[in-house]
Amino acid sequence: MSATPNLIAHRLAAHLSPDPSPPGEAALPNWTLLRLLACLAVVILPHFQRLPVWASVLVTAVLVWRGLAALRRWPLPPAWLRSILAFAAFAGLFLSYGRINSSEAGAGLLVVMVALKLTEMNRLRDCAIVLMLAYFILVTHFLASQEIGTTAYVFASAWLVTALLLEASHPQGPLPPRATLREGATLLLQAVPLMLLMFVLFPRIPGPLWGVPADTHSARMGLSGSMEPGTISQLSRSDEIAFRVVFLDPVPPPNQRYWRGPVLWNYDGRAWGAGHETPAATALPAPQSLGGGVRQEIMLEPHDQNWLLALDLPAQGPPQSIQGSGYQLLSSRPLRERQLYQVLSYPRYRLQPELPEPTRQRALQLPRYGNARLRALAQEWRARSRSDRDVVNAALRMFNQEAFVYTLQPPLLSRTSAMDDFLFNTRRGFCEHYASAFTLLMRAAGIPARVVTGYLGGELNAAGGHFTVRQSDAHAWSEVWLPGEGWVRVDPTAAVAPQRVESGLAAALPDSEAALVRRGSDIYWVYQLESYWEWTNAIWNRSILAYGPELQQQFLERFGIRDWYRMTLVLTALVVGFLALLGAVLLWQARPRGIDDPALREWARVGRALARRNLPRLPHEGPRDYAERVARARPDLAADMDRISGLYIGLRYAGVDDRAALRQLRDYARRFKP
Amino acid sequence: MRLSPRQYLRRRIREYIFRRIRRVPGPVTVRRQRIYIVPTRFGYVFGLMLFVMLLGAMNYSNSMAFALTFLLAGLGLVCMHHTHRNLVHLSVRAGRHAPVFAGHDAQFQLVLDNPAAAHRYALVASPVDDEQNPLHFDVPAHGSALARLLLPAPRRGLLPAPPFRLYTEYPLGLFHAWTWIELDMQCVVYPAPADSRLQPPPAPGGDSGIPDRIGGKEDFIGLRNYQRGDASRLIHWKTLPRTGQLMVKQFADPVQRELWLDWDSLAGMDTEARLSQLCRWVLDAHRAGKSYGLALPGTRLPPASSEQHRHACLEALALFQGGTVAT
Repeated sequence: MSATPNLIAHRLAAHLSPDPSPPGEAALPNWTLLRLLACLAVVILPHFQRLPVWASVLVTAVLVWRGLAALRRWPLPPAWLRSILAFAAFAGLFLSYGRINSSEAGAGLLVVMVALKLTEMNRLRDCAIVLMLAYFILVTHFLASQEIGTTAYVFASAWLVTALLLEASHPQGPLPPRATLREGATLLLQAVPLMLLMFVLFPRIPGPLWGVPADTHSARMGLSGSMEPGTISQLSRSDEIAFRVVFLDPVPPPNQRYWRGPVLWNYDGRAWGAGHETPAATALPAPQSLGGGVRQEIMLEPHDQNWLLALDLPAQGPPQSIQGSGYQLLSSRPLRERQLYQVLSYPRYRLQPELPEPTRQRALQLPRYGNARLRALAQEWRARSRSDRDVVNAALRMFNQEAFVYTLQPPLLSRTSAMDDFLFNTRRGFCEHYASAFTLLMRAAGIPARVVTGYLGGELNAAGGHFTVRQSDAHAWSEVWLPGEGWVRVDPTAAVAPQRVESGLAAALPDSEAALVRRGSDIYWVYQLESYWEWTNAIWNRSILAYGPELQQQFLERFGIRDWYRMTLVLTALVVGFLALLGAVLLWQARPRGIDDPALREWARVGRALARRNLPRLPHEGPRDYAERVARARPDLAADMDRISGLYIGLRYAGVDDRAALRQLRDYARRFKP
Repeated sequence: MRLSPRQYLRRRIREYIFRRIRRVPGPVTVRRQRIYIVPTRFGYVFGLMLFVMLLGAMNYSNSMAFALTFLLAGLGLVCMHHTHRNLVHLSVRAGRHAPVFAGHDAQFQLVLDNPAAAHRYALVASPVDDEQNPLHFDVPAHGSALARLLLPAPRRGLLPAPPFRLYTEYPLGLFHAWTWIELDMQCVVYPAPADSRLQPPPAPGGDSGIPDRIGGKEDFIGLRNYQRGDASRLIHWKTLPRTGQLMVKQFADPVQRELWLDWDSLAGMDTEARLSQLCRWVLDAHRAGKSYGLALPGTRLPPASSEQHRHACLEALALFQGGTVAT
């Protein structure tokens, strides 16, 4: 019996402390955990295409295992096992990537470590930490791609993460997913104006802060600065965009849409190379225009090399560019970001009518051995011709009249005399074969010649009015120096397949191969959709992704904001202004508010009238009790109270949704004068 | 006493704040000016993460990394306002507070009314300096929630509720918004019941002349330890396997039910021990369904047997101010 009061007190205490665990120590409900795992799977998914296979398998396995462990109540692994796992994963990543300080290896490490964190997670607090790391994983996706699709995916994932973070901040138990998703969307949408303000106004610092790890741009496609059979036909199968062009002057005809890239001088018997460019030493005479100039605005995709593409022949490049010895435009730094620039080109020009001797030597250089039949043929043409122009024509005539075939799938050539093999045996090839063979023929005949690589063509985007040039438009041609004329462009491929120049690659290929390079749908509306999509991408790249230090300065100068000081000032003012507005709106939402119900309003009016007669409604009193009490105290009001409370109860509690009843209630209430 | 500068500062700030809170009967409405807000540790880590993200975006000149970083920064700033909103305009009043026995936790009920049409999630009430038992609760729109503050009550008497903190970290846990409230409420703490088998003396003012009121035949009143000489038919066999002790059934006669629990009968003990013993007797008597009276110096509660009577007796014991006057 002595235990009884204690027992009572114990029961009391147990009853009174329903939640004995400290705030962050709240256990993680299974339902929240499963949602967290699903959310992490979404967040990590795009990394699977870049992670080593074993790491993807490990991450998936950990996610699945953690879910099962929660459902089946398996114990979590002990600390020593977790340490071993973490160390093994670190070592594995180091071996797979060869290093750990590159951005890809860093992202891989982050993903694997987050997965391993799951093996020790059983508190709500850990959940918040994991979600924060999930935000971080999301930002690493952008190192690989900033396309519209990726961006949409990442931002949608950020929404999921935010919704879960809401759930993790609510220790009483999981909130319904719809509620957290709605609340998360509200928070994010309210953050969007701040994001836009900061995106536009936050001062951008140019260039890398600590150097960009070398592998960041490793997967870039594009012209390589050297040419050996195979390089351009590789590009020809790629649909990737090289650059986009907006012509600011009348658009040149298709056969003039040559885009000048790397100029190749050196032939080593197998491959053409650019040689050493020394831009400072070469004081080139300016090209002479034989017609109007064409200005273009070019949005160049990053290719991690130095050249800037431009319509042949670029006469005036952007301020930060320099001119190579072959009149190609070069940038001082490898292009690692999208570049937007304007160029003035002369489609018809006279170039270097006087050729300096060192340049002539460079343009005549030939390997000492190999390709004997080619040399013999060139000598024979030389002997028969009266002028250099005749030799050029002889070569073009041969390509045009003999059985040369334009194909993307040329046979392999001999290692020692590849061009002999091509000219006299296989006779099947691609632009690089023709440009290479032609240039060698010219040099063997004593005519200065060089190979120019770049792009030919471009596709008009009906939606945006710009031209899209893709890697598949990559092309190579020749330039020969003729006395009195200077450098003249000769495209030997045009002699074999004139359609390549006029209508693009697919038209030049036999039907069996055309399917390899065809792009754009044959169905009209699909084609239209594709061009709108391409146009959207062009805008995306042009105005959003390229928004860096230069564009920011250009854009903000229109509003009179010229320096960082002003940017910061305006940014701060606008952010504070928006937050003040938001704060006011939120306070307004939280303001005390009566329940907005007309029936309740009328009932309250009756209550107030009775309160003046010393019959206030008591807090615990329902309408019926109140009406009865009033009727007992004031029998003269009994009939009125009965009618009013009856109508009120009907409207508020019995679900009567009747305008007439409400009108009647209002009528009674207003005439009620106790 | 050595105080670190941080603790010293903390104490000074707290003193300053407490001077500003007024002890009010309630209800108290949380006003905008009284809400304090600082980032949580998680909030600081979040900020650090944003900074690292920003550096990464700058290093790689990555526009979308900038965009995501700025979106999350905006999210943090927006979240601050939401955390603040979660607390503002809430109305807090004192609820019932049931008495407890000394040595147990006193509980204070708080009623939180949300007069707004917006839900309030994950609110916490916690007494000063006691972060051990925070209670999380939601307050629905136009609704109320009940929070219970638990506080140790070591001594009998009136225990005033300390100032307490009402705080929230919802929605994202990045900010900690709080306010101090001191409601004028107090809890009655009964004396801890004595753990003794001392029997109450026969009441001097009772109408029964039988010295030992226990030993009647009519009503079962409980069990006591076996003593040598007890009749074997009185042994309560059922408790033997459970306790390993022989217990004997006790009976009392109805005529003897009126019982006086008298302070004076416990002469020689100190005040608190006497009160504990009286408390024990009150509980026992009430459990046995007897009618009992309580006699304290200066107070006499006539015999009765209701729940209210029990509370009145225990409250008289709890609030007893008299000294060790033994007459």
